[in-house]
Amino acid sequence: MPPIDLPDAEEQCAALAALIRPCLRPDTVLVGIHSGGVWVARRLRDLLDLANEIGLIDVSFYRDDYGERGLHARVKPSSIPFDVEGRPLILVDDVLYTGRTTRAAINELFDYGRPASIQLAVLADRGRRQLPICADFCPWRVELDPLHELILSADDDGRLQWSVAEHA
Amino acid sequence: MRNPQLNANGELTHLLSTDGLPRAVINHILDTASSFLEVSDREVKKVPLLRGKSVFNVFFENSTRTRTTFEIAAKRLSADVINLDVTRSSTAKGETLLDTVDNLVAMHADMFVVRHAASGAPHLIADHLRRLGRNDVHVVNAGDGRHAHPTQGLLDMYTIRHYKKDFANLAVAIVGDILHSRVARSDIHALIALGAAEVRAVGPQTLLPAAIEKMGVRVCHDLGEGIRDCDVVIMLRLQNERMNGALLPSAREYFRCYGLTPMALALAKPDAIVMHPGPMNRGVEIDSDVADGPQAVILPQVTFGIAVRMAVMGILAGN
Repeated sequence: MPPIDLPDAEEQCAALAALIRPCLRPDTVLVGIHSGGVWVARRLRDLLDLANEIGLIDVSFYRDDYGERGLHARVKPSSIPFDVEGRPLILVDDVLYTGRTTRAAINELFDYGRPASIQLAVLADRGRRQLPICADFCPWRVELDPLHELILSADDDGRLQWSVAEHA
Repeated sequence: MRNPQLNANGELTHLLSTDGLPRAVINHILDTASSFLEVSDREVKKVPLLRGKSVFNVFFENSTRTRTTFEIAAKRLSADVINLDVTRSSTAKGETLLDTVDNLVAMHADMFVVRHAASGAPHLIADHLRRLGRNDVHVVNAGDGRHAHPTQGLLDMYTIRHYKKDFANLAVAIVGDILHSRVARSDIHALIALGAAEVRAVGPQTLLPAAIEKMGVRVCHDLGEGIRDCDVVIMLRLQNERMNGALLPSAREYFRCYGLTPMALALAKPDAIVMHPGPMNRGVEIDSDVADGPQAVILPQVTFGIAVRMAVMGILAGN
């Protein structure tokens, strides 16, 4: 049994889209953080009927724990298929936790140009921030002790679902 | 025996040779390189991975191109790069290799990129660092004698994978002066580790090492036989100093027998790619029509080389 009730992730995507919709501008683009954030960004693009392609970023080269962890996990190429300069961006991730991934993602985005603005949209905010970062759009705030990891995954049909794992 | 390139956890800690590199490690480097490839297209062509680290290019043998590509790769990782032309300074004054290394370690070097005319020099440095207990200092072999040039071997694998996707059904011909070529050795070890179906060593008897079959390659002394129906042709540079000695009658004679002309290349598969580690001798080992032709991927090799060297340094410095 998971230590918390897990909501339906697909319904949360719809709720997140509803939060974002009033703030959209015609040139807004979504940027998903690999891999959970990319799934959510793809859902949001469909739900919001956005014509613009989404960007994908992998923050492995910008992480602050490279010194301890090295480059082990499989790094996916970042792909920003639009001009970042002057663009309003919405950064999309599945879980907001310490804020370190968001920090790395913002740094990476600035290496592509100077965006007009960056907002943050996440499915879940589990608190315990270590940096002054907060989400602009978030349908679910949840308390979870640090021993547990909140994981978004896609099942065989591509449906998004939550699970909780204990850290080894 | 313990693999001197891997630490106790089986992670890459030095890159000395493609010989003995597990397939998973090679694939990890190639996968990581594909992520670095995109960095060079950004407005800011840099990632902060090696910020604060010092990479020392220690070249005991001349090489502008390889040194430059390592320098670019290290700078795109935000490392501080120090180029040392040791042949003209310390070594000329009589300092030993390991004394030079000790001095650079005392200057807080985090990584050495080493080229040396003597086979095994980078290995000796790695061994020395291990004895000093300096597991945090890494060595990359940028070419040692006739032994190995692993980053060239890896960038060749990256290039082949980019164009051919899978190694399992590939026939690869390596043509030219294999005897003196560290690139050929690095390519052969890597191709076999990645499961290439057939590797052919093509060249005159005088330029093939004895017992090269033992590396798992097929020997061909005839160019036509060597490249017939192959998917990849890797041409090697014929070094000028070899041409007038006992090994070869003349450059023109060599070109007539082993030069890659459009007619010779027509024997390979129609979609075969042509590679060359550079610098090329046009009209000696390769015809200009081939070098500039649609099947040549010689310039993409250079671009991929930066990403592969970034991947190698990025992985080493984190282990």
